[in-house]
Amino acid sequence: MTAPARRPVPLAGWGRFPRADCVQSFARDEGEVRAAVLASDTLIARGLGRAYGDAALNPNGVLNLTRQARLIAFDAATGLLTCEAGVSLRDVVAVFAPRGWFPPVTPGTQYVTVGGMAACDVHGKNHHGAGSFGRHVAWLDLMIATGEVRRCSREAEPDLFHATLGGMGLTGVILRLAFTLIPIETQAMRQDTVVCRDLEETLQAFESRPDATYSVAWTDCLTTGARQGRSLVYFGEHATRAELPPGLAEPTVRPAKRIPIDFPNFALNPLSVRAFNELYYRRGVAGRSYVGLQPYFYPLDSIREWNRIYGPNGFVQHQCVIPPEAGRAGLKALLDRIAARGAGSFLVVLKGMGEGGADGGAGPLSFPMKGWTLALDFPATAANFSLMLELDAVVADHGGRLYLAKDARQGTSMLRGYPELDRFREVRAKVDPNSRFRSLQSERLGL
Amino acid sequence: MTELLGPVLILGARSDIGRCIAVEFAKAGCGVILAARDVASLEADVSDLSLRSGVTARAVQLDVLDMDPAAFFDRLGELPGTVISVVGLLGDQAESAAQPATARRVMDSNYTGPALLLGEAATRMEARGSGCIVGISSVAGDRGRKTNYVYGSAKAGLTAFLSGLRHRFAGTGVRVITVKPGFVDTAMTASMNLKGPLVAQPEEVATAILKACRGGGEVIYVRPVWRLIMAIITHLPEAIFKKTKM
Repeated sequence: MTAPARRPVPLAGWGRFPRADCVQSFARDEGEVRAAVLASDTLIARGLGRAYGDAALNPNGVLNLTRQARLIAFDAATGLLTCEAGVSLRDVVAVFAPRGWFPPVTPGTQYVTVGGMAACDVHGKNHHGAGSFGRHVAWLDLMIATGEVRRCSREAEPDLFHATLGGMGLTGVILRLAFTLIPIETQAMRQDTVVCRDLEETLQAFESRPDATYSVAWTDCLTTGARQGRSLVYFGEHATRAELPPGLAEPTVRPAKRIPIDFPNFALNPLSVRAFNELYYRRGVAGRSYVGLQPYFYPLDSIREWNRIYGPNGFVQHQCVIPPEAGRAGLKALLDRIAARGAGSFLVVLKGMGEGGADGGAGPLSFPMKGWTLALDFPATAANFSLMLELDAVVADHGGRLYLAKDARQGTSMLRGYPELDRFREVRAKVDPNSRFRSLQSERLGL
Repeated sequence: MTELLGPVLILGARSDIGRCIAVEFAKAGCGVILAARDVASLEADVSDLSLRSGVTARAVQLDVLDMDPAAFFDRLGELPGTVISVVGLLGDQAESAAQPATARRVMDSNYTGPALLLGEAATRMEARGSGCIVGISSVAGDRGRKTNYVYGSAKAGLTAFLSGLRHRFAGTGVRVITVKPGFVDTAMTASMNLKGPLVAQPEEVATAILKACRGGGEVIYVRPVWRLIMAIITHLPEAIFKKTKM
């Protein structure tokens, strides 16, 4: 049966910038993926569309995998889960957390597909110990440009395996994969909050607790002087059954609220961000508490479509990582630039990262590496684009790089931060010499 | 609230809506029997459902165009508590208008086949004294329009058939539910590029059916706005209707 010609649909990433009219098709099984791959001169796979920028956009062809979402097998002895690439992390958590298993690595939202997690080689609050998602992937089935399926692992096709982890879908379409869940005793988290008065205290808080399983900081990006970089640092552990206060064994899940409309463009301004930061910082109470998995790992998932608070023009997330030697100076320089422009970002997340590279589980285009990562959200305005160019320069000067899964606008010069790019290109050229798999991002950056 | 009657048999289980119904019913603890022409293609879904929910799931072969419903239910080996037909074929209206064989295929896939199967199931349920029948019909059956009247007429037939079944079994233990989903974002409608408040996701259709099976209504429009839209369309005087383009 030949499908009728499709009109393009407007698509965007989570930041709703940029937007592009793309011809989108949905694949339900391997045969439909093959048909789509062979039918299109160029295309890119897409999951739940949570990459922020243009990584899953291609006007010529977007292949949506969210209807290819079956669990295939689970080995309760080892925790190895095999599933199709379109399975959402939400489903993995919903099905397996009550049985005592949890994803080994989770980003800040569960509305991602496991295929997307591998393609972006995502990291979480446990990166310093657990590495990125790729470390926990045992193997994956990849459909390459010829329609042939290659099973890739550390033993079979290791180059293609590593290039696909973090490879942004440019080596082929991930059809299915196997990764190892970690055992948990309860569905509760023990959270320790540390209030830090400035950047130095914040970084020392991270360094003082390298054994914490999860750690992350919310940072105030608008304070200057002695209070620059003040933060709330959160450490987390999966709570054991024994330690849990009575009545907390089954933390309640509240239904998600929804942002019903786009906020007007002026709703977020330096004053409102400053007021929010002041309130948020003061609300932070040092000490220990127990929270459920959902509010701990996915606080923003409780507000559906929170991206609409940035208004119809969308926003851009700027997430960098800077190596440890240069980290302190680099972070300070970044905060200086932001405060000087008074361009506040509501969501500022700071975290210490562990080793990247193959040891961290990663591939040549994987983002994580040892150092400090800072993530900032900015509404997509001309002033913020020019600020982000300044931030880019600081990142480059300090030997850092930007996260492709968040990126919508970096220039090719920033690719110096990815020294293994040529190795990636070699692997990709072997399996896809005509670059059938490409996105607006890969074209913009000449990946 | 009525208790769900398991297991649930899903006719046309390969479709997007069929798969979502299977997931929802399995989540609710209901055993699931998937029926489709290509039974091998259902294996992945069977293991998915068992893994997700720990329910018993299996797949059976069904060709809706066989027109031998008694043989199908005999082969099944058990009479399910709930039977849901998601079978449907939109077809191409221009082709259906020009080719009698194509038109007949659309009519048989949307009306004759599903109606005979649901009728047989209901009769067997009557003997048992309990059961739930769900037919996915369509708003297209509420009034024939030039853009899809072959499909629409078959769905109109199914709607009338279900209405008759419901009437016949009123006061017995057999419930009959008609679902008119409106636009749904599925493979069937992919080329239409549907978007907006009139378009339901297949998951919503599945949730609405689950709710109906638990006692929430007998004629379901998944998005309530469709009830209003179709009320207007069906009441347009013929003279005005003929001038419209829909």
